[in-house]
Amino acid sequence: MMDFILAKYNFWIYVIIMMIGFYAVIAKSNLIKKIIGLNIFQTSVFLLFISIGKVEGGTVPIYQGVEAVYINPLPHVLILTAIVVGVSITAVAFALVVNIYREYGTIEENAILEMSKTDD
Amino acid sequence: MADLILLFFLLVCAVTAVAQRELLNSAIILSIYSLIMAVVWVRLGAVDVAITEASVGAGISTVLFIAVLTRVKRREEITRFRVQVLPLIVVLAVGAALIYGTLDMPDFGSAAAVSNTHVVPRYLEKGVEETGTDNYVAAILASYRGYDTLGETTVIFTAGLCVVLLIRSEKKRRL
Repeated sequence: MMDFILAKYNFWIYVIIMMIGFYAVIAKSNLIKKIIGLNIFQTSVFLLFISIGKVEGGTVPIYQGVEAVYINPLPHVLILTAIVVGVSITAVAFALVVNIYREYGTIEENAILEMSKTDD
Repeated sequence: MADLILLFFLLVCAVTAVAQRELLNSAIILSIYSLIMAVVWVRLGAVDVAITEASVGAGISTVLFIAVLTRVKRREEITRFRVQVLPLIVVLAVGAALIYGTLDMPDFGSAAAVSNTHVVPRYLEKGVEETGTDNYVAAILASYRGYDTLGETTVIFTAGLCVVLLIRSEKKRRL
């Protein structure tokens, strides 16, 4: 039982972090809070990928002779790309939020929905 | 043990960042979260990812957050102070499904997992010889998977274009 928990806990933590982010995205009304949730959601996926690539007793993937055991470098590459793409998403979301604030004077989702209803 | 303590702090930071009503505090806690994440990456042997996380996740993201918070209201308005039930049910259901999915995953750190036995041994065997760099991450990023990086650059360019267009239209309206 203990072995089983030790073998999986990293994957469970990723699920918990992901669900915290997911809750913020769907339940919070504040748009900035939604973006914070999105960020947390993204990093949880990174945690899953890097955890998959971990090899027990392996070294950092920098050449140290042919017989050395290395940690899988492929997830690292994918996540490097994903981190940068994640920041691009955040930047575009922020630009949208700033524009919404100029237009409506608030960044609370339910207040914005009220206002756009009365506009019609 | 150290890993567990780090992961615990990660959870604490995530919860406080979401629960905090003052948005500036949230942004700073998110930056701490990124820094702890960078330490977790080092513990997992992903040094290149740790550098990127510390500079981009904890650095640029926080700067962006603060830049936006100077332009919008900094306090979250709470109309009803309670945990919303429907989202909570959805979150718990999805979480349970994902945990069920992890039961079939290969053990943490196992070298025999499919993801560690396919393609990657080839990179590790020939990488230094074929690309001339000692860093496998750099070798794969720039050489074997160069097209991924090209796609990434396209995404950043498009995002930059979007931000410029959005901010510019806002300036025009103010004039």
